[in-house]
Amino acid sequence: MRVPLSWLREYVDLPATETGRDVQAKLVAAGLEVERVEQLGAGLKGPLVVGNVLAIEELTGFKKPIRYCQVDVSTANGTGEPQNIVCGATNFRVGDKVVVILPGGVLPGNFEISARKTYGRLSEGMICSARELGMGTDHDGIVVLPPEHEVGTDAIELLELVDEVLDIAVTPDRGYCLSMRGVARETAIAYGLPLRDPALLDVPEPNPHGYEVKISDPVGCDRFTARTVTDLDLEAHSPIWLQRRLQKAGMRPISLAVDITNYVMLELGQPLHAYDKNRLDGPLGVRRAQPGEKLTTLDGVQRILDSEDLVITDNSGPIGLAGVMGGAHTEIADAVRDEETRELHGTTEVVIEAAHFDPVAVARTGRRHKLISEASKRFERGVDPQAASAAAQRTVDLLVLLAGGTAEAGVTEIVSPSAPRTIAMAADHPDKVAGMEYGRQAVVRHLQQIGCDVYGSDELTVTVPSWRPDLAEPNDLAEEVIRLEGYETLPSTLPKIPPGRGLTETQRLLRRIGRALAGAGYVEAPTYPFLGEAVFDQLGIETGDPRRRTVTLLNPLSDEEPALRTTLLPGLLGALRRNEGRGSRDLALFETGLVFLPSGEEPAPPRPGVDRRPLDEEIAALDAALPHQPRHVAVVLAGAREQAGWWGQGRPASWADAVQAARTVACEAGVELTVSSGQYAPWHPGRCAALHVVVDGEQTLIGHAGELHPRVVKALGLPERTAAMELDLELLERARTGALVAPRVSTFPVATQDVALVVDASVPANEVESALREGAGELLESLRLFDIFTGEQIGEGRKSLAYALRFRAADRTLTAEETSAARTAAVAAASLRTGAVLRGA
Amino acid sequence: MSAPNKSYDPVEVEALKPEEIERMRDEAVAAIAAAPDLKTLREVKAAHVGDRSPLALANRELSALPPHARADAGKRVGQARGAVNKALAARQEELEAERDARVLVEEAVDVTLPYDRIPLGARHPLTTLADRITDVFVAMGYEVAEGPEVEAEWYNFDALNIAKDHPARTMQDTFFVDSGRGDGTRLGDGLGPDASGDVVLRTHTSPVQIRSMLDREPPVYVICPGRVYRTDELDATHTPVFHQIELLAVDEGLTMADLKGTLDHMVLSLFGEGLKTRLRPNYFPFTEPSAEMDMECYVCHGASVGDPDNPCRTCSSEGWIELGGCGMVNPRVLAACGIDADRYSGFAFGFGIERLLMFRHNVEDMRDMVEGDVRFTRPFGMEI
Ligand SMILES: [Zn+2]
Repeated sequence: MRVPLSWLREYVDLPATETGRDVQAKLVAAGLEVERVEQLGAGLKGPLVVGNVLAIEELTGFKKPIRYCQVDVSTANGTGEPQNIVCGATNFRVGDKVVVILPGGVLPGNFEISARKTYGRLSEGMICSARELGMGTDHDGIVVLPPEHEVGTDAIELLELVDEVLDIAVTPDRGYCLSMRGVARETAIAYGLPLRDPALLDVPEPNPHGYEVKISDPVGCDRFTARTVTDLDLEAHSPIWLQRRLQKAGMRPISLAVDITNYVMLELGQPLHAYDKNRLDGPLGVRRAQPGEKLTTLDGVQRILDSEDLVITDNSGPIGLAGVMGGAHTEIADAVRDEETRELHGTTEVVIEAAHFDPVAVARTGRRHKLISEASKRFERGVDPQAASAAAQRTVDLLVLLAGGTAEAGVTEIVSPSAPRTIAMAADHPDKVAGMEYGRQAVVRHLQQIGCDVYGSDELTVTVPSWRPDLAEPNDLAEEVIRLEGYETLPSTLPKIPPGRGLTETQRLLRRIGRALAGAGYVEAPTYPFLGEAVFDQLGIETGDPRRRTVTLLNPLSDEEPALRTTLLPGLLGALRRNEGRGSRDLALFETGLVFLPSGEEPAPPRPGVDRRPLDEEIAALDAALPHQPRHVAVVLAGAREQAGWWGQGRPASWADAVQAARTVACEAGVELTVSSGQYAPWHPGRCAALHVVVDGEQTLIGHAGELHPRVVKALGLPERTAAMELDLELLERARTGALVAPRVSTFPVATQDVALVVDASVPANEVESALREGAGELLESLRLFDIFTGEQIGEGRKSLAYALRFRAADRTLTAEETSAARTAAVAAASLRTGAVLRGA
Repeated sequence: MSAPNKSYDPVEVEALKPEEIERMRDEAVAAIAAAPDLKTLREVKAAHVGDRSPLALANRELSALPPHARADAGKRVGQARGAVNKALAARQEELEAERDARVLVEEAVDVTLPYDRIPLGARHPLTTLADRITDVFVAMGYEVAEGPEVEAEWYNFDALNIAKDHPARTMQDTFFVDSGRGDGTRLGDGLGPDASGDVVLRTHTSPVQIRSMLDREPPVYVICPGRVYRTDELDATHTPVFHQIELLAVDEGLTMADLKGTLDHMVLSLFGEGLKTRLRPNYFPFTEPSAEMDMECYVCHGASVGDPDNPCRTCSSEGWIELGGCGMVNPRVLAACGIDADRYSGFAFGFGIERLLMFRHNVEDMRDMVEGDVRFTRPFGMEI
């Protein structure tokens, strides 16, 4: 809502010295979001006067039409002689009244005017456009004034060019502030000044002689006032003050009758509609549309109506979407002069509608037809039903005053009976909400200020004003009291909070994993979860793979990416590619985040009532409607893992780093990770590790790691040999066991034994290792693979694995016999399980 | 030890004369002092201290002396050998120090050499900032609550007093999940009590409040960080995917003053002492009364207001920084969670982590926070 300060002053006697910024501060403190104060005509300086165009000479030979004009500005120029002005606009003619700025004047934007030679003539000033005067930006043309304004009149005052406009973002609960009346009320309260309520008008009693109205949906429309005005003067046009107020409020002047209805809407907040009486066919009606009925609205769009749409009808059918937009057919017609007869044609008789429609009906219709109008905005947020007849009266008055119309005596008013709304509230409730003492007196005073009637002492009965549909509960009233006392007066206290248990294990683990990966050189990159089918193709994920079963959005930002991720890799690889594209080469990224795994069988969620706690089965049904959303962790790497430098060679990132990242994550969880070779898109089939942990006694696959498939690398435009790891943290979490048992540290000497075992090249190292461990028994303190050797001596298709075994007992120094027995047992187990042969044996 | 002489021979005892012992000592000490390096010193040592050195030989003669003379001579020889050993040790130390000094100089390296062998990693500042804020409240006794990002409308809207046709709902540009009916329509468009709801990407972390209240008995003190979604295109100031952190307290007798105190404590914890906060009335369907929370600009402390010569980028010379929304939990929300609103009251607040990061660390472009560029993230390290 744009509120011109000059207009606001009409209802509240603000001190003359109060600026827009002052009023802004007061209203902000009272809870109105005044986003800015616009300074109209800032820097504007005269002489700026009304001129009369005496002569126009069209100059030729220029790229655009140029006019050399003589303009009578009376004695504003000191001489009384016509002023010579060169002008580039053509929307005016001889005899028009225009706005002229003379040399010495300054236009907004610090545009100083002086006499100057241009297009071969001396131009002594400028004929001004609306834009140059800061009157609005909707057209560039020269301002042509109504003929009645006298030459030489000061145009700054005439056009009210200097003003301040408060721009207020009205929250949904304060629909009444979508009117001057509402903002004036808040202003009056904030300043402690009386309000001149523009809705306090003498309104004639309803009678049966007015235009006939039939309401068949009293829920959708609980009030309808109709008034008729005839004999409108087709020559009449909107006076400057009216046009200017509309412009400052952000609306475009159109025609007198339309301007008046808009003006009254801005003033009182009541949307109005004016029908051309001669185009109406019989009585006005309000009902729900029949499905498939058609209506062409004022904006020229033909709309197919829905059975929920509330419509205004006459005998011909729907003629308007109630509270949203009128129909084109019954629209009032602008006065148009018949070129032959020189007669004016247009609407001379209007029926004014001031009605009150159900906010939900209007909201739904507006949403269904993607139509938001000034009217629907107000009805959705709640319009004061009691203001309808005053608004109709005000419209009639202005049509009579400005358009020379005649008000017909008939007054139609249909009102569904409704009781005033009351709220019972303990007088100290606001105190309890605020945490400070206001006292009953202050509470009652503030409630009265906003228009409530208040009765009672300890228990108050509060009747809320008709313009405040948002006030329904004690807390609503408490807010009014607290905001009018000022939020700044609230004390600062802290509640006594029972002791908390800190972060959960899951939350701590997530942080630890982030730190561990960052410590290992990975940079966290949270990415968007949106993806499209194409990326599955690029990743080589086949049709039928469960990862292709996605949650899909109805209204995605991009039609290319309508789905939610089932794997973190597309986003993370995208981030890798973006970094690469920006010149970063050696990259290691990680992300932890949710993936979305629908079963495809999710039922629609229920919508339990909100006046009670949902039943357990309702809660279960709500959860059943959602896809499984486990948290995953993923890493991607490319380029060098270790840089080359003065210390020596670098080392490229490889599959092994990706697997190690999985080990790092598992280690943080204190979970033993089993790595085995796997085959899974998008990984290289020979360089893919399947990652398992034990969940509930079962080896469970939790993810994969390794080098990406070369085809995937190519399809996604990734650096060669890009490696990746992804695993399911939820499963990892479930593999966690109890608290770690501390190791016993033996201080007896260690006995070291190395073994080199030759196995078939296809035997995984971890199988050899576990066999060795098992065979070595409990004397084995540690075991480490320190070398792998292949070559002729070993034999084709064979490899030699060299292990360092360390033996130690907790209670004694091992004898040479004990150590070598353990070693022998280890080798024997490896031979048995993996066919290992002791090298050189 | 050599065998004692069988016979006493006064001539041979010449070597044990005091002058002779002094001479041997002085010669040894002079040779030690003259040794230029450790190698020479080793030779000197062999010549003057070794088994065949004059003093050692003299020592061997002692047994040839009569007992009374033996004591005197023994003492002299002992002193001389002591002096020589002392000189030797001193010279040894001196020469070793010289050698060490030389070798350590030779071993010196350029310690300014870079060692970026494995470049550093980092956690994302949005993560670490959320952690940091969370920790402030965990320290006060709050617990961290989480919820799904794909959420039922009931949790995201209905239970939060945002009815289907409430104008507030239009403020929430929501992503809707395709129900799979294939006609591109939403499930929840129907009317009537049996109408089903839709599934959405949560537009705020507030549904976690609802889940917390359904999961726990009051008192409830939770902090809910998380990722949320709105249908904004990515640009310098908007992102469709962003992070919020919300706080919820439900207990007996909670007041707006408690809300204000909690906000004050947070600002103090994150920005230091002495910064004012303010609440401005506002509207949110899930709180009543509702407010917007501002904090005094921690950079200019309001000095930039009305001083065009010294503008403040952080607060756009407003003097205040908008943090987010807050208020007393709407009793209707409590009712939807089965909490007796006559007995319990609550307060809640929430704000965007991106915005906080932007003004706390002068981030100028939202895109820097969402694109995952390592050059942006790396300097933030492990904690913020
Ligand atoms: Zn500042």
